[in-house]
Amino acid sequence: MAQDLTSAAPGYRHRRRQPVLPDAVLGMAFFIVAEAMLFFGFVSGHVIVEANAMGGWPPPGQPRLPVASTAVNTLFLLASGAILFYAGRRFRESADAARRPFVLSVALGALFVLLQGYEWQGLIREGLTLSSSSYGSFFYMIVGTHALHAVGAIGWLFVLLFRLQKGWLTEESFQAGRMLWYFVVLIWPMLYWQVYL
Amino acid sequence: MSADHADHAHHHHEPTFIEKYIFPTDHKFIATQYLVTGLLMALIGGFFAYAFRVQLAWPGTDIPVFGHMSPAEYNAAITNHGSIMIFWVAMPVLIAAFGNFLIPLMVGADDMAFPRLNRLSYQVFLVSAIMIIVSLFVPGGGFGGAWTAYPPLSAEATYNLTPYGSSLWLAAVAVEFVAFLIGGINFIVTAMNARAPGMKWDYVPMVVWMICIASILFMASVGPLVAGAVMLFFDQTLNTGFYDPSRGGDPILWQHLFWFFGHPEVYVVLLPATGMVAEVITVFSRKKLFGYQLILFTAIGTGVLSFFVWAHHQFIAGIDPRMANLFTITTVLISIPIAEMLFLYIATLYKGSIEYTTPMLWALGFIFCFLIGGVTGIPLGASGSDIYLHDSYFVIAHFHYTFFPIAFIGSFTGITYWFPKWFGRMMNETIGKIHFWITFIAFNGIFLPLFVLGLAGQHRRIYNYEHFPDLSTPDLQMLRVMATTSLLILLAAQVLFIFNFFWSMWFGEKASANPWKANTLEWTVPSPPPHGNFSEFPTVYRGPYEYSAPGRDTDFWPQHEPS
Repeated sequence: MAQDLTSAAPGYRHRRRQPVLPDAVLGMAFFIVAEAMLFFGFVSGHVIVEANAMGGWPPPGQPRLPVASTAVNTLFLLASGAILFYAGRRFRESADAARRPFVLSVALGALFVLLQGYEWQGLIREGLTLSSSSYGSFFYMIVGTHALHAVGAIGWLFVLLFRLQKGWLTEESFQAGRMLWYFVVLIWPMLYWQVYL
Repeated sequence: MSADHADHAHHHHEPTFIEKYIFPTDHKFIATQYLVTGLLMALIGGFFAYAFRVQLAWPGTDIPVFGHMSPAEYNAAITNHGSIMIFWVAMPVLIAAFGNFLIPLMVGADDMAFPRLNRLSYQVFLVSAIMIIVSLFVPGGGFGGAWTAYPPLSAEATYNLTPYGSSLWLAAVAVEFVAFLIGGINFIVTAMNARAPGMKWDYVPMVVWMICIASILFMASVGPLVAGAVMLFFDQTLNTGFYDPSRGGDPILWQHLFWFFGHPEVYVVLLPATGMVAEVITVFSRKKLFGYQLILFTAIGTGVLSFFVWAHHQFIAGIDPRMANLFTITTVLISIPIAEMLFLYIATLYKGSIEYTTPMLWALGFIFCFLIGGVTGIPLGASGSDIYLHDSYFVIAHFHYTFFPIAFIGSFTGITYWFPKWFGRMMNETIGKIHFWITFIAFNGIFLPLFVLGLAGQHRRIYNYEHFPDLSTPDLQMLRVMATTSLLILLAAQVLFIFNFFWSMWFGEKASANPWKANTLEWTVPSPPPHGNFSEFPTVYRGPYEYSAPGRDTDFWPQHEPS
């Protein structure tokens, strides 16, 4: 092979830099832009189909969504985000100070996902499925995509919690993880407004 | 940031065999992987072009190597030709290969910001490439609903008759987007956070800017298409009705979501190519890039505007005519910044001491061909004339005059220019120039006749024109034969490139660190650059295009030299 990568340059040292935003935070910011556009795509499709629907929306004969109980559930998610914000503040003092709010925040996030799953069970029993109507299709696709993001983000927060426990957690990766969770939390009221109301 | 991580400056260890070839994180090696994979995929895309062009020129013949082509195979061939050339050739070569190779070297960094994510990006891309190849061999054959995959044809297996091919095609495209999302984040973070001290925003080489702008465009536009692809996938596999009007869905919705991505995508692949052309024309005309900041702001403006032109692909899809007026205006507007950019390149050439090396020929060929592509876009962007030209071969000729310069002329510009740095040896100039002239002339020989055919009313996606008496006249058939003959010459000429590429890799003349006497930082390290790139990290003192500066002995002034 003509390409020679076997030898490191003489005197090679890993380079340290002091950028304005750490790499992980900046990378997460761009990732969130792409994710926001994904939800924008779903919601715009939903808006168009809803506007063109013959015979009203939701379509006749389809179950109604649990608007009130989901509103309560939304509060759990928002609380989870606020508590994680608080945990981030405390983390600057010490890792120990951040532990309890961090655990509480992840628990509330998990509670949100579980309650959503419980509501899905009820809706499926009432006959709202992915293929029962475009109403059901959009509901399960949009809310399901959000749920997948929530589950993924909670999994990532668990990894960070484990690192916190071991004392490996850096401010940089905690900040990036918090940003992902804020995204999951803050996009939800938008989706709730579009899908449920 | 915890103290032990931040202060852990360590000597880099030698990569083992596994780390180097199986799971490499070195940006140069990942760039080589992307380049080789992209060029291999180009062979597949080229083979499809060969097969369906022979079918069009001599309908019903036994195509050598391919055999007899059925209508379904014809559809699969055109669909996968388009998909592969855009998603598996232009994107990996122009953005991923050159982005990986150039960004760390040009900004003075040892590697990308996230080396392991970079490796993941290539692995995901490789999976997607395997998926698209597999999709050609599943029962029912490859997907044949065109690279735009309009429903209901793409959504209903009873219509497209490719139950597995269409889903696999869609999944492959979606997986490929994940790869470029990861890669794009890496490029931007590296260019923002890992620049050498002193490298201000207007000291950054143009190609780095262009790849970063392209990555941002990609990230901002890909979300809606992934959303649309999920819906289409559900329609195909889970019996939903997102695009089925009989069940309350809307087939035009897919077109909006697809083209909201599809049009910025044109600029995603265009901008890196123009960036490489900018590097090459400054070096070989020994002149400063004319209007650096203007080119940069033009590119950013083009990027923003590209999000507001998508519906010009849908003028005859039944959209509101008032909307067509708006999109005509934005579409014709976007030709202004691109024309301006190309004229600034021509202004760079003006009164330069031009040296006709192979990369320079490719760069000039790019400007020539892309101008034709741009000019022929205007009648398509204006809704009044588009009604007549839509879905004709005029459209095909137009976008090949934009995409071929981007994907191939642009790539050849980059490959011939950076080959000495990449592989440490010079390419053969004589073979390179013969390859350029045959490719350039043959390319025009393919697509100039298609403009005429399109204006004569030849519709796209027709398997055999013998069934259309108005279109099977001898003079039109002669133009088809001319285009196909040119294609055969063009494909044959690529043997020269492949030979030159591999022969030069092992037997070419050894390249010095800076064979072209260029200014940018990648030419300060040995050819090929060692693992970790810089033995001493550079500091930047000036912009990248200080050629023929008055009062200096040499006609170039490297960025890292203290004044």
